[in-house]
Formats: sequence, structure tokens, C-alpha cells
Amino acid sequence: MLTLNHFLILGAVLFCIGLYGAITKHNAIAVLMGIEIMLNAVNITMVGFSFFNHVNAPSQFGFGVTNLGTLLTGQIFAIFIITVAAAEAAVALAMVIAIYRKRDTVDVGEIDMMKW
Amino acid sequence: MDLATLLFWIFAVILVVAALLVVGLRNIVHSALALVVVFAMAAGIYTLLNAEFIAIVQILIYVGAVTILILFALMLTRIAGLTRTNPTNRLWPIAAIICILVGGTIIYAVTTSSRAIQNTMTAAQAASQVPANINNVVRIGQLLYSPTSYSYVLPFEIASLVLLVAIVGAIIIGRED
Repeated sequence: MLTLNHFLILGAVLFCIGLYGAITKHNAIAVLMGIEIMLNAVNITMVGFSFFNHVNAPSQFGFGVTNLGTLLTGQIFAIFIITVAAAEAAVALAMVIAIYRKRDTVDVGEIDMMKW
Repeated sequence: MDLATLLFWIFAVILVVAALLVVGLRNIVHSALALVVVFAMAAGIYTLLNAEFIAIVQILIYVGAVTILILFALMLTRIAGLTRTNPTNRLWPIAAIICILVGGTIIYAVTTSSRAIQNTMTAAQAASQVPANINNVVRIGQLLYSPTSYSYVLPFEIASLVLLVAIVGAIIIGRED
């Protein structure tokens, strides 16, 4: 029996794995991979909520409610998250390549020219 | 156990194992290849949730574009003579504790909230309530494009602006001077 909790817990576990990758890695591209996993976890949560969220309207004839289907707001959110994630990946990888050209490193511990 | 539950567990186990490989493997190119599996299995989860459009977009954008972008960036930033190309810093136990705490809090919150307790609907019931004659892609298209009904036309246009700015920014930042 699949319930909403299955998808929420899967999203939470994936989010934690992505968070671990994003805060422990030295390589800037590995940090980006962690962030992509986190964004995917959020998308799974969004689409899961959308699947279990229904529009109920009062029935036209008589009593009871008619079901108008699932609310797709969560899926629209997921589409916008995918858009922003793609833009973010493009800009971040361009920055990583620019920094590599200038400093010959992609180690986030050594990229500290804006510190202090 | 019905077929949907079985498929969910197969997808979920492969997804979590591949995500652990992404953060755990020593060679960063192998991590990037494990990331492909993560994205593909997430697309499977979306298909289980009747979100065909998101699943296709996931395959096209993530598996097709983002992974290739990451692999190209890895190729262009190669440091010669390094065997461990994906090192973790020495504070990783603290990071693991923080992540487990965050995850435990989220799981506690979603399983004990009043909304979660009320929601006892199973996936089969939810799927049976979806109108059979209306396509998922059609409904998303109506929500994104039709200005007559309550729709997301303005956020959609702003998203195209975000993409344009990202393209220009990536070219400006990444070009050689």
C-alpha cells in the first residue's frame, strides 16, 4: 500500500544524502551534484503532494462531492524548479571553469579571494 | 503487495543506493555516472505518480543536458596525477551527524503532523480518482498557457527570462578574455 508518507520519506532521505554531498565535498562540481540531488528530492516531494491532493467540488445534482482530479500545482512547481536548476547548473559550471582557468583549482577550500 | 508498491520499492532502493554512490565514490567521473542513475530512477518515481510530463522533462533535461554539462565541466577542469578526484573534507563525521539530524527531523515532522495522520488515502485510491479521459500533458499545458482560466502564464514568461539571463551570464562568465 503506497501512501503519501512513502514519497515524503524518500524525498527526505534523498535530501539528506544531497546535503551531505554538498557540505563535505572539496570539488566544486561534486558540491553541484549534491545540490542537484537535493533539488530532485524536493521535486519528488512536490509531485507526491500533487498526486495526493484533490479538488473536491459540490456536486451539481444532489448531495455529495464530485472529484475534479488532482491539483497540478505541485507539478507546475516542479517544472519551475527544473527550469531554475538548469539555469543554476549552467551558470555555476561556467563559474567553476572560469575559476579553474584563473586559479588552476576547483577546491572550494582554496577559492577564498572574496573572504575578508 | 501490488505492482505499484513493488515498483516503488525497486525505484526507491536503486535511487538511494545511487545517491549514496554519488557522494561516496572516490572517482568523480564515476560519481557523475551514478548521478545519471539517480535522475533516471527519479523519472520512474514521477511516472508512478501519474506525472508523465515531469518524467519526460526529467529524462530530457537532467539525464540529457545537466549530466552532459557536468561531464564537460569535469573534462575541462581535470587536474593531472590525482587518483582521488572526489575527496571529502575531514569534518565529514560532523556533517553526517547534521544530515541525520535534519533527515530525522523531516521524517518525524511528515509522519506525525496532523495532515499526515488525516491523509490515509492510498496511491491506488488516488489513481482511481483521476479522470481517465484527460491527459496529464493537456492539463499542464492548459495551466501554463491559457490566460483565460487561472493559469501560470506570467511565471512561465518570467522563467523564460531567467533562462535568457542564465544563457547570457554563462557566456559572459565562461568566455576567455
